[in-house]
Amino acid sequence: MAADVLSVRNLRVEIPLRNEVLCPVDGVSFNIPAGEILGVVGESGAGKSMTGNAVIGLLDRPAHIAGGEIWLNGQRIDNLPKEAMRRLRGKQIGMVFQDPLTSLNPLLPIGEQLRETILEHLPVTKPQAAARAIAALEEVGIPAAARRIDSYPHEFSGGMRQRVVIALALCAEPSLVIADEPTTALDVSVQAQIIALLKRLCRERGTAVMLVTHDMGVIAETSDSVAVMYAGRLCELGPVREVMTHPAHPYTIGLMASTPLAAKGQKRLNQIPGAMPRLDNLPTACAFHPRCPQVQDRCSVEPGPDLEACGGRAACWFANGAGS
Amino acid sequence: MLAFTIRRTFQSVVVLLVVGLVAFSMFRFVGDPVDNMLGQERTGADIERLRTQLGLDQPFPVQYFKFLRGAVQGNFGVSYRQGRAVSGIIAERLPATLELAAVSAILAVVFGFGLGVFTAIRRDGWAANTIMTLSLVGVSLPTFLIGILLIYLFSVELNWLPSFGRGDVVDLGWWRTGLLTESGLKALILPAITLGLYQMTLIMRLVRSEMLEVLRQDYIRFARARGLKERVVHFRHALKNTLIPVITVTGLQLGSIIAFAIITETVFQWPGVGLLFINSIQFVDIPIMAAYLMLISVMFVGINLVVDLLYFAIDPRLHVGSSGVKG
Repeated sequence: MAADVLSVRNLRVEIPLRNEVLCPVDGVSFNIPAGEILGVVGESGAGKSMTGNAVIGLLDRPAHIAGGEIWLNGQRIDNLPKEAMRRLRGKQIGMVFQDPLTSLNPLLPIGEQLRETILEHLPVTKPQAAARAIAALEEVGIPAAARRIDSYPHEFSGGMRQRVVIALALCAEPSLVIADEPTTALDVSVQAQIIALLKRLCRERGTAVMLVTHDMGVIAETSDSVAVMYAGRLCELGPVREVMTHPAHPYTIGLMASTPLAAKGQKRLNQIPGAMPRLDNLPTACAFHPRCPQVQDRCSVEPGPDLEACGGRAACWFANGAGS
Repeated sequence: MLAFTIRRTFQSVVVLLVVGLVAFSMFRFVGDPVDNMLGQERTGADIERLRTQLGLDQPFPVQYFKFLRGAVQGNFGVSYRQGRAVSGIIAERLPATLELAAVSAILAVVFGFGLGVFTAIRRDGWAANTIMTLSLVGVSLPTFLIGILLIYLFSVELNWLPSFGRGDVVDLGWWRTGLLTESGLKALILPAITLGLYQMTLIMRLVRSEMLEVLRQDYIRFARARGLKERVVHFRHALKNTLIPVITVTGLQLGSIIAFAIITETVFQWPGVGLLFINSIQFVDIPIMAAYLMLISVMFVGINLVVDLLYFAIDPRLHVGSSGVKG
């Protein structure tokens, strides 16, 4: 655990409403060692982004962390005061958002946004910050960075803007980057470039990455390990190669089967019947059981085994290879 | 930028020409001034003489051209009632209106922006909620009623402030100001509040809703994710983005402050151009009415021009010259 940059223990996020409490993230635990990439997958509403927001301390009220612990480089951060958490953001945790077209302030030159972030977190003078800003842009592959530094966001294309966003997230050299669907809003041809860039930068610096996506292909290409989420719970966690080749949880199996693979020459795409349950109407016990092809009586009575406690990969009583 | 400025200026001139035509038409179609100026005991020769003297015997386009030529030089003819040059009368009255409008506008903008930002940032606080509730009063009460209520409270009941007039003025040669004497300042307070209250609450509510909208944007989240201080997020990132839509409305509101000064000036018997206009309507003093109309439209057009140019200063996306390709 000492080598882990990020360690999330039993995280629970709650949204109190007028007459009930919703729980979009429940009992989620995972570790990310330095220099490694953890892919977090799941359908929309599975709690992937919510988990990321909880880690960086940007949950929108009334959502809040109701249980569990978050450790960053050996420091517990889930109970830090606001101001201490603010200093941590950008400095130790960087974040890349989904849509590069809206993540940059349209009225400030990109250089200005880089400089203000650098000056906020690093003990440098203004000229040093300006030099660092140019270096940061060069690193993410913006051509003629010194000339483009005073350009406004609208003068860049979508892919270039996402590079700027990555430069902003990494400019104070954080030890953890949370990338929340960083390629979803981009052209397919640009997606690969951005993913490769993110991967290269983090490998070089030993930055841990939490890569939130719903694209299994992206995970397969980049991640070291993968966490599969369903209805706010972790259902499978393991090294990416193992999970890809031998998915254990029925949900993961379904997810893998519904990924289109041109090479296999499939006629029809598989799908998991039904839809993700609403948070205010979660099924009892294992949340996946109404859609599960391997459902048995026990599933509707008793929640799946705790991933931590049983030391297994999948939170399912009848997981492949786990036995019952 | 230059082309834009020239184009907008050209459009402004067209607008002013049209307003000029309307103002001029009043001479032709609103009664016959000769009837008003000459008494009951007039002769046909008198009427002819006066017609020639006023230039009313000339064809319509010639009269319009003469009117325009005079208007450009600030010459709007002679007041029917006072028999003096209209430009002189207006110049005498204008400082009072401009001082009142300027003070109201400053009040409206400063408090409007300040309270708007405050209520947006402290969205759920009791202070913000109280301000929002009170602002409904400012938006919904008519100006003259606010004026009368203020007079009743501060002049009649408390006897703190004068209820009418401008107090003592200091003559600076070309400008008579009430800002330099105590009685002048005292007399200014109630009318300025009356005139500016509606604009203030309007600006405040607009700033608040725009700011709340901006605070929901991704780049604000991203600014927070970069660990910037809340103060920086609010005032550097959010406020500037709030300004663009707010400036348009604020600009128009400043124009209407001068125009709506008519009501406030009537309630407080403030010796400005608004009161002059109301009085001249009662006497069908068309040269003054036409001059007032032109004056107000010049101000409106001027303010709008400034507002358009301000966009350039704030929003870089409007700099068409640079490589502004979206996408």
